[in-house]
Amino acid sequence: MTENPWDLLPELLILGGAVTGLLTGAFSARERQGRAAWISAAALVAAAVAAMAAALRPDGMAFESWALDPLTHVVRVVVALATAAVVVLARRRARGHPREAELYALLLLAALGTLALAAADDLLVLVSAYLLASVPGYALAGFAKDGPGTEAALKYYLMGAFLGVPMLAGVTLLYGAAGTTAYGGLAGERPGIAAVAAVLLLAGVLFKAGAVPAHFWVPDVTQGAPIAVAAFVTTVPKAGALAALLRLGGEVFGAAGYGWRPLLGLVAVATMTLGNLAAFHQDDVRRLLAYSTIAQAGYALVPVAVAGASALAVPALLFYVAAYAVTNLGAFAVVAATGRTTLAGQTGLARRSPALAVALTVCLLGLVGTPPTAVFAGKLLVLGAAWDGGHPWLAVAVVVNTVISLFYYLRWIRPVFAGGDAGRPDPWAAGIACAAAALSVVLGIGAGAVTPLMSLG
Amino acid sequence: MLSLVIFLPLAAAAVFALPRTGRAAGAVWIAAAAADLALAVALWATYPGGIGHETRLRWIPTVSAGYHIGVDGLSLPLIAMTCVLFLCCAVYSARGPVSRSYAALFLFLQTVSVGLFAALDLLLFFVFFDLSIVGMYFVIAGWGHGDRARSALMFFLYTFLGSLVLLLGFIGLYVGGRTFDIADLARVPPFADRPGAAAVVLLAVGVGLAVKTPAVPLHTWLPPAHTDAPAAGSAVLAGVLLKMGAYGFARIAMPLLPGAWQRYAWVIICVGLAGVLYGALVALAQDDVKRLIAYTSVNHMGYILLALGAAGLAAPSAPRTLAVSGAVTQMVSHGLLTGALFLVAGVLWDRARTYDARRLGGVAATAPRLTALAALAAFGSLGLPGLSGFIAEFQIFAGVIGTGLPAAVVAGALGVTGILITAALFLRVLHRVFLGPPGEAGVNPDTRWPETAAIAPLLALSVLIGLAPRWLLDLIEPVSAAIVSLVGRP
Repeated sequence: MTENPWDLLPELLILGGAVTGLLTGAFSARERQGRAAWISAAALVAAAVAAMAAALRPDGMAFESWALDPLTHVVRVVVALATAAVVVLARRRARGHPREAELYALLLLAALGTLALAAADDLLVLVSAYLLASVPGYALAGFAKDGPGTEAALKYYLMGAFLGVPMLAGVTLLYGAAGTTAYGGLAGERPGIAAVAAVLLLAGVLFKAGAVPAHFWVPDVTQGAPIAVAAFVTTVPKAGALAALLRLGGEVFGAAGYGWRPLLGLVAVATMTLGNLAAFHQDDVRRLLAYSTIAQAGYALVPVAVAGASALAVPALLFYVAAYAVTNLGAFAVVAATGRTTLAGQTGLARRSPALAVALTVCLLGLVGTPPTAVFAGKLLVLGAAWDGGHPWLAVAVVVNTVISLFYYLRWIRPVFAGGDAGRPDPWAAGIACAAAALSVVLGIGAGAVTPLMSLG
Repeated sequence: MLSLVIFLPLAAAAVFALPRTGRAAGAVWIAAAAADLALAVALWATYPGGIGHETRLRWIPTVSAGYHIGVDGLSLPLIAMTCVLFLCCAVYSARGPVSRSYAALFLFLQTVSVGLFAALDLLLFFVFFDLSIVGMYFVIAGWGHGDRARSALMFFLYTFLGSLVLLLGFIGLYVGGRTFDIADLARVPPFADRPGAAAVVLLAVGVGLAVKTPAVPLHTWLPPAHTDAPAAGSAVLAGVLLKMGAYGFARIAMPLLPGAWQRYAWVIICVGLAGVLYGALVALAQDDVKRLIAYTSVNHMGYILLALGAAGLAAPSAPRTLAVSGAVTQMVSHGLLTGALFLVAGVLWDRARTYDARRLGGVAATAPRLTALAALAAFGSLGLPGLSGFIAEFQIFAGVIGTGLPAAVVAGALGVTGILITAALFLRVLHRVFLGPPGEAGVNPDTRWPETAAIAPLLALSVLIGLAPRWLLDLIEPVSAAIVSLVGRP
């Protein structure tokens, strides 16, 4: 137990970046607000570097509520780098916007909340992390102040507020029964109370993960919000929420017969199935991607469900989250680059910009889980964890869903290679897309070098 | 050096990413395929016996998966056949302008195919297995004809489902043996004391491989995929990709799950026999020449399953070894002959724009070279002595019937009727399409030089194997004996 503020250096860097960026924006002319973007991106990259350095130190606990372990370290790196990519994606549309600096500050604060979600080892930290991760998200969803954006923000906010209440109730219940909010003190609680509290707590965390039954906001926000924001809210908060669930399952609910594992298993299967089936006939690529992200959350919930039963669970979740973040950002970056949001609008992309078409194909096939992309290695670990943890039916469900998902990803790939006329893509977003596709393949091939880092400790 | 054989085509494909390489695409493709073939021949010449040219590197140590490759008498002939077939496809495609992406896709497929046959790690095997599906999807969807989008989608969904079931089986093997390494798993077969678990894993692995082989009743993706694929794509699909399934049985299912293979040997034999008879009978009813060839593939792959199933019977090891040798020879022979047949069908489509035997006729009058090539390929495919098909099928039937079990003799005898039906249907096609009065769709002119140069070497190799098979069998027989002794373990 330490109270060394340096342990929170990555978080402090992000917070500092948000505040400095906001102040810089406030004192800069409208056309010079780009400085804030650079400050934010630099803070995020610095935070990622600091997180990597922190991973070299032994595991521990800061302020008795902030776990420092591979879970925290990996989520820190993933969230910081993913948010940095989103800042670059957002830059083009936001340039010259009167509230440009605020956009970056909000992104950084939401990322900060996500980190807290992943590292929380205390119910009160979990609740405040939930709020910090959510509230900037509501503002981001409605950032454009247009009709769809407002609707998205309202829906997002109402769902978040509605599901935050049961979460608070669950925390209250557990605190009342155990007399403490630290995870370590909750583990031996009576099964009845703990089971009710677990369900109540799940409401909030599943909302952040975008999983069934708290998924209704995902398609509307993805469609209504600016594309960079959509990429952010479907990628970054998921990482934190899944890590929080893994921690809750491993330290509090997973041990005794609370029915935690079967419950999460069912949630996982429902999430992936509903996401995949709903994605079938979407003609708007943003909605298609939104449902795809729901399905992906379902796959990632599988190792969460077997946490504690299999040694593969933690590396499986961490690798999957990292792989998914890279691949999903790549797909969103393609949408941002082309500026076309319908499937029909994607025709002729291969002719106009072969590199972008290849990047999209790699990302979409990556989301399916085709080797040698990163998601394949992640899925492999997920399947191994499910089988190893004594739930082979979860592995079968993942496989069946993967086949289903192939259909709608191919629906998108096909027009890309058809003849037609596509517009000139945005070079920065295209660069991000190509980099994400390349990273996805490199991560997949280099999985062996990365996974041991995730299972230390 | 084996890694070089695997990745040389991919490196050549990367060249196409450079600008201004579009005009030289065909030449680069042929050069790369020829160089790869030369390397494969060198690999064969320096093969020391046992597992040769082995490389073993760590890849994902968390699940003990590695980059483990090597060749033996089972994989070497298939690698060589793959290189030959891809070179022939490259030469065949030189008859017209070749687009960069088309050449790159085929080079990518070549890397994937060679890599699959060289893989000695389940995960590596699966990676190549899955990528072959992706590559072929783009070949069919991009350059096919007819209802290609639908055929390509059906092909992808169907075989992708198979590959994922296969992955489940591989994960089962991993859970049983705590490693993905084929050599390690073969040494200590997983689930030796848990027959129920072994049966489930064999079911998953078997279904996964059977979709690709394809075995009846999981073959329904094959006819549309073949019919709508471009000629070179069909040749590769039938010649190389189908072998992946059959090869997987011999490489993975048999040595790793010997107990289950013995217990369910009769199921495998029945599935093989069903493929032999069903494939032949349905082929007999086809008017579409390309569909007909596709169904004869189902028939020929049935022989392989029949032989591999017989290897699991409780019988003396000599006939079982003969059957496995026959199966491996059949893989090579079928690759050469079906490749040639599909390229011939490609020439027909190019000239007449139809595969319909009712509209074709009298091709011999206008295209004697094409007729000669087609006749030779057809005779090889129906198992005429002097061609490779005979060597393969003779060994298979001698092995299956030689086991001496009454039921196996019946199975063998039923299988021989498959040859009879195939003979009838090929003679019928020769009669209707190539001989007889001219049809409404003319085939003119005769084969041009790239076409002849692509089809003739395949048939020449088939004749060489048919007349002097020793050089090939010397390589195959030791590994057949090894497989039989592995599958014969209690």
